Amino acid sequence: MSKLRNLDKTSKRNYFTYLLVTAAFLAVTFMNQGGLLNKKMQGLLVPVCCYIIMALSLNLTVGIMGELSLGHAGFMSLGAFTGVVVSQSLMGAIPNEPLRLCIAILCGAAIAAVGGFLIGLPVLRLRGDYLAIVTLAFGEIIMDIINCLIVGHDEKGIHIIFNFKGDKTVADLNLLEGGTAIIKGAQGAVGTKTIASFTGGFVLILITLFIIINFVRSRSGRAVLAIRDNRIAAESVGVDVMKYKMIAFVISTTLAGAAGALYGLNFTGITAAKFNFNTSILVLVFVVLGGLGNLMGSVIAATVLYILPEALRQFSEYRMLIYAIVLILVMLATNNPKVKNLFMKIIPTRKKGKGD
Amino acid sequence: MKEFEKGKMVPVPSHSIIPERDIGKTPVLECVHLGIEFGGLKAVDDFNFTIGKTEIAGLIGPNGAGKTTVFNLLTKVYAPTHGTIMLDGDDITTKSTVQVSKLGVARTFQNIRLFSDLSVEDNVRVGLHNQVKYSTFDGVLRLPAFWKKEKAFHEKAMELLSIFDMQDMAATKAGSLPYGAQRRLEIVRALATAPKLLLLDEPAAGMNPNETAELMENIVKIRDTFQIAVLLIEHDMKLVMGICEGICVLNFGRIIAKGTAEEIQTNPEVIKAYLGNNSMEG
Repeated sequence: MSKLRNLDKTSKRNYFTYLLVTAAFLAVTFMNQGGLLNKKMQGLLVPVCCYIIMALSLNLTVGIMGELSLGHAGFMSLGAFTGVVVSQSLMGAIPNEPLRLCIAILCGAAIAAVGGFLIGLPVLRLRGDYLAIVTLAFGEIIMDIINCLIVGHDEKGIHIIFNFKGDKTVADLNLLEGGTAIIKGAQGAVGTKTIASFTGGFVLILITLFIIINFVRSRSGRAVLAIRDNRIAAESVGVDVMKYKMIAFVISTTLAGAAGALYGLNFTGITAAKFNFNTSILVLVFVVLGGLGNLMGSVIAATVLYILPEALRQFSEYRMLIYAIVLILVMLATNNPKVKNLFMKIIPTRKKGKGD
Repeated sequence: MKEFEKGKMVPVPSHSIIPERDIGKTPVLECVHLGIEFGGLKAVDDFNFTIGKTEIAGLIGPNGAGKTTVFNLLTKVYAPTHGTIMLDGDDITTKSTVQVSKLGVARTFQNIRLFSDLSVEDNVRVGLHNQVKYSTFDGVLRLPAFWKKEKAFHEKAMELLSIFDMQDMAATKAGSLPYGAQRRLEIVRALATAPKLLLLDEPAAGMNPNETAELMENIVKIRDTFQIAVLLIEHDMKLVMGICEGICVLNFGRIIAKGTAEEIQTNPEVIKAYLGNNSMEG
């Protein structure tokens, strides 16, 4: 007990986050077994996990590295389609579903890591608004490329063609008999065997938390925080700015890829258009509302904001409108001194929290 | 006021003077015809200066003389357009800021640049970045190397903080420290990089006379303990004349005088250009 008391504030907070996620998982599992969840809620469980991971990983870029990325959904889609292709083509070789899910997630994460590295090379040379705009563009580029992708699988292996001119169809894959088309261009992935599970999502959230928390509290994480606080000073003490930004960005995209793979394998069909700019903004809203650099906040914001609109279906048309308003309000609340003071007057306990 | 012991200064071939005790060792810094032009403006021109291995040197001059630009050239924030910089015998003219830091030049900033959201200890730990190393992989997976090296980080950080008796503040957020402590922390962070040459940009700015006197003692103490050279920019003439062995006076980007405190104080050129009148108390 005394050991617990000796822990610093950040460690306590981190352990509490693990605890909260685990408790929520157990509670939901019991509710599910007790038949308390309806079909619609059951369907939301895995997507919520995916969006929590997305929010956590984007928090690494936006909150911890301090650079605004507007193309995070692009990395999610890289992971999603890689995951689907891997899972569908290994169906015969590895019948064990959890194992196949693991492999699919690992492959999705790996491809997203490669994508993150390649995109990071030009993007991380920029700062601030410029970086945000270029990530937005890359997010859209990834979406468009996947829209042109036709992938099939037969006993000879995986066949990929790019349908840039719009004149190719699945028939051009020349699949052997017994082969299946996995991704059909703009129609997206169809006929996917759904193997994603809530338990898988929960484990992946824990792994994500573990990676991000440990990363931040290590030599490399400190370097990233130092770069965020003062780039010039960080360089003057010999911190290689590009290298550590790249490490943080690649970890962030890798986790987004893993979340994507889980997401892709939760639906029988997904299209590249699902991972558009709106999805990136949605995840950004989770991060901003949960608090920049605040991992527990991201988990809670992602859960609440993802479930609420689905639960209150009738308002979902206004979802983007409400998000925009909430975003503006949050920006005002965090940046405008007058509004900040007003908030502090209304909620006196916030004053203490501000010192953290 | 406390008198500080200064070494006897002797001339070296590069038309500078260094302390006699440093003769026979490679000078820690040697600038030859160093200069930078912004557009057509020569911010620093024909800067020739040598600093001995354990010398405390001063760089003074009126506002806008180009003192901080010299620091930015030495740390490669700016790339010089003319001349060469030799650090301990190695040419660092084409190196990057990070490489120069690794080779042993550390600096503080005129307008304090701390990692204000990090704790005092973490600020020093970032300074130790290239002294204690383990990979990102070790850190994320918490492998034994992580625990061992983090312990080393903690011990070294505390040892460095003890120079200024700042161990108690280790957990405080750097941004919430009082002004004087922030200046001291910047020096500690610079020392953490194990420099051969420490550049201090107006270390006494905003300090009261007592704090300045303490700072003077500490600068000398740092030089003696770590056996490094210190180059400082300062407007407080008591500090400069009190501890600097060799002094270089800049005006409009050019050196107008080099010498010991006594020589500088009586140099008519300096009095005319730098002070505008015949009083040394600015």
